[in-house]
Amino acid sequence: MTEATAVVSKERALYLQKVRRRKNRIRFTQITILLAILSLWEILAQVGIIDSFVMSQPSRIAKTFLNAAQNGLALHIGVTCLETLIGFLAGVMLGVGIAILLWWSPFLSKVSEPYLVVLNSLPKIALGPVIIIWVGAGMQAIIVMALAISLIVTVMEMLNGFLATDPETMKMARTFGASRMQLFSKIVFPANLHTLFNSLKVNIGLSLVGVIAGEFLVSKAGLGYLIVYGGQVFQMDLVMASVIILAVLAALLYEVVVIIELLVTRHLGHRLRGH
Amino acid sequence: MDSILKVDHVSQKYQAQNGEVTAIQNITFSVDEGEFISIVGPSGCGKSTLLSIVAGLDRPTYGHVYLAGQPVSGISSQIGYMLQKDNLLEWRTIWRNVLLGLEIRGLLTPENTEHAEQLLKTYELYEFRDKYPSQLSGGMRQRAALIRTLAVRPQILLLDEAFSALDYQTRLTVTDDIYQILKREHKTTLMVTHDIPEAISMSDRIVVLSARPATVKNTHIIEFEPAGMAPLQRRNNPKFSHYFNLIWKELDQND
Repeated sequence: MTEATAVVSKERALYLQKVRRRKNRIRFTQITILLAILSLWEILAQVGIIDSFVMSQPSRIAKTFLNAAQNGLALHIGVTCLETLIGFLAGVMLGVGIAILLWWSPFLSKVSEPYLVVLNSLPKIALGPVIIIWVGAGMQAIIVMALAISLIVTVMEMLNGFLATDPETMKMARTFGASRMQLFSKIVFPANLHTLFNSLKVNIGLSLVGVIAGEFLVSKAGLGYLIVYGGQVFQMDLVMASVIILAVLAALLYEVVVIIELLVTRHLGHRLRGH
Repeated sequence: MDSILKVDHVSQKYQAQNGEVTAIQNITFSVDEGEFISIVGPSGCGKSTLLSIVAGLDRPTYGHVYLAGQPVSGISSQIGYMLQKDNLLEWRTIWRNVLLGLEIRGLLTPENTEHAEQLLKTYELYEFRDKYPSQLSGGMRQRAALIRTLAVRPQILLLDEAFSALDYQTRLTVTDDIYQILKREHKTTLMVTHDIPEAISMSDRIVVLSARPATVKNTHIIEFEPAGMAPLQRRNNPKFSHYFNLIWKELDQND
């Protein structure tokens, strides 16, 4: 509040300065740690204390990256991105759809409970061979893998959110004679917008896990393919470069979801207090 | 006088895994048009159950409820229901919250929206129509909830402990506020509360219920001179404590 006024008291200025300093100190330490690790790694490899053939080294990773950039790296990144997005969107749409169905019918919801629990704890990667045989070795298997990993989590999280909608608010709508359809569209769904975005944030990461796992099993392109290929021909530089790109990609995809959330909530005037 | 609402020998039993609970037993009373009736009773005696039955949200095990001579079956469009919490939707502006009832009932006609707008103007919320509920005080929120209820033009208003979530200070002003609004709009009101002073300060008649299973213990006609005295003034009237003692002792005998 006081920030807007022209006159800032001495205490306030001191406080703001302290806050700014602390923020700078945190950022500085974070960057220092990263640089320290990279330079230590590089130096130890240069002087031969660690074997750069096994451990790789930052300068070689950079060189590999530049080299790969001219040799279809964009294609590999693109393939992984595409598979992740398709798997993610399919998982979210199907998952939310199933959650709506289960919210609609408490009977179905009860019936499905043990199945959901078992499917949720089952490591979906174990289904890899089954998926490959059923849908064929190729991109479709990778997408199905991404879908399988994110689907059940979405169903469970969305259903729990739907079911936890404030009963008093529901009663209020019912006193106006709201149908189940109206209850959903006017109360339950908007009340769970934050649940949806939380689920999207978890899912974008899970879809990427599914895609990489899928690419390990069957692929001709993609970051997962590069990692496996690099491992097989013992090119640790390629493996490390791919992993680093993957980390950046994961962060970017997450950030995209955060930005979409911001835009949607701002558009709806939705104030996400406390969540 | 014609009674607009008639509760006729209503009983309600709940079935649960570990047995049967009789919530209310053989309750009969009627409400005249324009009257303000309160139902008081010990906590958990089934007051809210009774209100849910009147609203058509629950079906009684025995007995009937008549609204203007017609038996109630299902949620009636002639009833407005106000709950303890204002239940304003945080993602909607005050204006869109106020329209929610009309929207659900498919009654968003220009005439009805104009009526809603008029209510907002009359009750001093018009400037806040584009604000979100979190930007309003507790008292204003409760008033917005009332306007949402009045916007669908109910004949009877049911208040279910509608003020108990507010702090004491706000509560006194809001009861005064809402009492004036209801009188001005000539609404018949049935209020359920466990707060005896609140009931005395607002009602024309008080129905006292016993502990569970709830039966009608007594009915008191509340009269203050001059008629139409506001709740806050009533609280200062000497007759107030007389009524309070009367009803308080009656409730006390239960336990």
